[in-house]
Amino acid sequence: MSVTRFRFPFVEMPAEATQLRQEVREFLAEERANGGYTPMADCWAGGLSAEFSHKLGQRGWLGMTWDKKYGGHGRSFLERYVVTEEMLAAGAPVMAHWIADRQSGPQIIKNAAPEVRDAIIPRIVAGECFCAIGMSEPGTGSDLASVSTRAEKVEGGWKVNGTKLWSTGAHGPGCDYMITLLRTSPLDTSARHKGLSQFIIDLKSPGVDIRGIADIGGQVHFNETNFEDVFVPDSHVLGEVGGGWNMVVGELALERSGPERFLSTFIVLQEAMRLLVNNPTDQTKEVLGQVVAKIKTLRRMSLGIAGLLQEGSSPEMEAALVKDMSTNFERELLEKLRRILPQNVLYSSAGLLPTLLREGVLRVPSSTLRGGTNEVLKGMIARQLGIR
Amino acid sequence: MTDSDNIIFDTASRIFDDLSTAEVINEAEEGTWPEALWQAISESGLNLTWVPEENGGIGATLLDGFAVLKAAGGAALPVPLAETLFAGWLLAQAGLQVSGETATVASGELTLVDGKLSGSVQGVPYARNAKQIVALIETAGKVEVVQVAAEQCEITEQTNLAGEPADTVSFNAVAVEQTGEPDEGFNGENVEAMGALIRCVQAAGALSTALELTIEYSMERVQFGRAIGKFQAIQHSIAAFAGEVAAMNAAADAAAEAVARAPSIDHEAWIEIATAKTRLEEAVNNGAAVAHQVHGAMGFTYEHRLHHVTRRLWSWRDEFGSDVVWARRLGEEVLSWGADELWPRITAVTDAR
Repeated sequence: MSVTRFRFPFVEMPAEATQLRQEVREFLAEERANGGYTPMADCWAGGLSAEFSHKLGQRGWLGMTWDKKYGGHGRSFLERYVVTEEMLAAGAPVMAHWIADRQSGPQIIKNAAPEVRDAIIPRIVAGECFCAIGMSEPGTGSDLASVSTRAEKVEGGWKVNGTKLWSTGAHGPGCDYMITLLRTSPLDTSARHKGLSQFIIDLKSPGVDIRGIADIGGQVHFNETNFEDVFVPDSHVLGEVGGGWNMVVGELALERSGPERFLSTFIVLQEAMRLLVNNPTDQTKEVLGQVVAKIKTLRRMSLGIAGLLQEGSSPEMEAALVKDMSTNFERELLEKLRRILPQNVLYSSAGLLPTLLREGVLRVPSSTLRGGTNEVLKGMIARQLGIR
Repeated sequence: MTDSDNIIFDTASRIFDDLSTAEVINEAEEGTWPEALWQAISESGLNLTWVPEENGGIGATLLDGFAVLKAAGGAALPVPLAETLFAGWLLAQAGLQVSGETATVASGELTLVDGKLSGSVQGVPYARNAKQIVALIETAGKVEVVQVAAEQCEITEQTNLAGEPADTVSFNAVAVEQTGEPDEGFNGENVEAMGALIRCVQAAGALSTALELTIEYSMERVQFGRAIGKFQAIQHSIAAFAGEVAAMNAAADAAAEAVARAPSIDHEAWIEIATAKTRLEEAVNNGAAVAHQVHGAMGFTYEHRLHHVTRRLWSWRDEFGSDVVWARRLGEEVLSWGADELWPRITAVTDAR
């Protein structure tokens, strides 16, 4: 008995992607040298710089895979993968545009009314307009179908009331829209997934109140967004009214296995290496061997999934497995590094490496929570394996 | 790796399913040579998977061979198919003839004087069942591959954790049957790396089997009025196990493909092998632990077939350089890259050359 349940095909980057990688590396090296950014851990969820995102837009590195007719660049998923992984490995501040580029843009292109799409997409591509995700709520964590923020039909549109929570970046400069999951018909407890819809809510609308929430490191990356009688025109409903559930499920699957799931703490390793090369003990070698073996394997898996997505497959189980393992690895990497770093790095608040390490330790509890907890993921995996 | 839609893989799986049964594996451990199994393998030509077609091979690729070995690992095959392929691969590195008879590789410090091989090597897999023993001799300025007849050697029977032969072989001025020089740069490290890769590929197959057995058992075994697989604690353990199996298959495939891309084992392929063998540590440690935990006392009995794969996994992680030894080697390599080359070296694997 030898069953091969999992597929992670080898992906070879096309020549244009390799070429692009060099361009991105040169750009990043220059930016870092010029003080355009200081590397940070968890840069995609904590490194907010509208200015930096705007620069990427100017380079043509946002909305890369989107069709040119909508204002995108019509490039391949692999080219986008190259840009995102280079940004992450360098710890560049990519938070501002991350959500819009990864999931809001594709959702808008696929499901928004043409005039809304045409008004928003070119601005995202230019790095001038950012988006937030409005899925979670005070009473809704991983159990997304329990959302209670509601929209009532009114003349010409909808009136929205309720509260969204943990919408990363919604309070940031240039964050114009929230793709918001709402209940558009009363809860039917026997079919909780029905009656949900996604709206594009303009965060400058009257009645929207956003309050930043500090995380355990004191940084304000996420927030609570209150909607009080907020009017949303009919044109800003995404897709069909009542079709929200399938949309969010697809969105979550899309965000599951990207390089941001295993590279959030990579910059700590890279900077630690500058020190570790001077003290090549057996323990140091062992730790480095173990973590690099894991990174290489996770990258192979993540990229394999990107390859499958590019060819039109939907490797849901593989993506769930990779997210579970990857996000655990982001924490494990820091734990392993602690073993081999000297005391004056572990117990210090001065200098790049101690700062990165602290940032990593304080940010990493979020890795295994965001986008659905690992416990929920494991439940999905169990279902895919046929035991649940 | 092509392990589906592949006639060689399908043939192998069919033969292994039919003839590498629990009974056959147990009897082999007791010392009964599974003749029917080896005969079916020989008749199908699977033992010639890595022999070039012009030398009587079956026209299979290196990757086909690795797919066969993954299936072999999954079937806990109690015959030296992996060893025979490995020995044939080593002979081919020196342009020597490959017969397809049972063979194994002895890796150790041996001396060759006037065509006579001397020295002793421990832990030679399946030496007692091999017709031929192949070794790499490294002396100052010269590297040679030699083949001797196993019957000319003194074999002391020992076993690995799985009860597979892992014999001590003494060569007392044994006349070599053929000898040749591999390409320049080929050395004992390449041989050990290939051995490590073979074990990684077999282990990926064995882990897959352990996972299937575990899933199956969790759905059959009823406790507290329901199948234990319905308990969330069990589901989460099995989901984590699945991750280890997926990772090990990905790592083993990556290494096998790197070797297939290179003319032999080049430095890039060596890095991929080091990665796979290092990754094996947690895959085996965590995977086998969950498999046994879910199977409960039942899986701890000799009667249950789970140990056919878990005992092999525990042994294979140690063979051809333990996972920890390989982790240190990989770490040393990583240190030589330095901080600024770390990421470029990681991405180089997939970038267009």
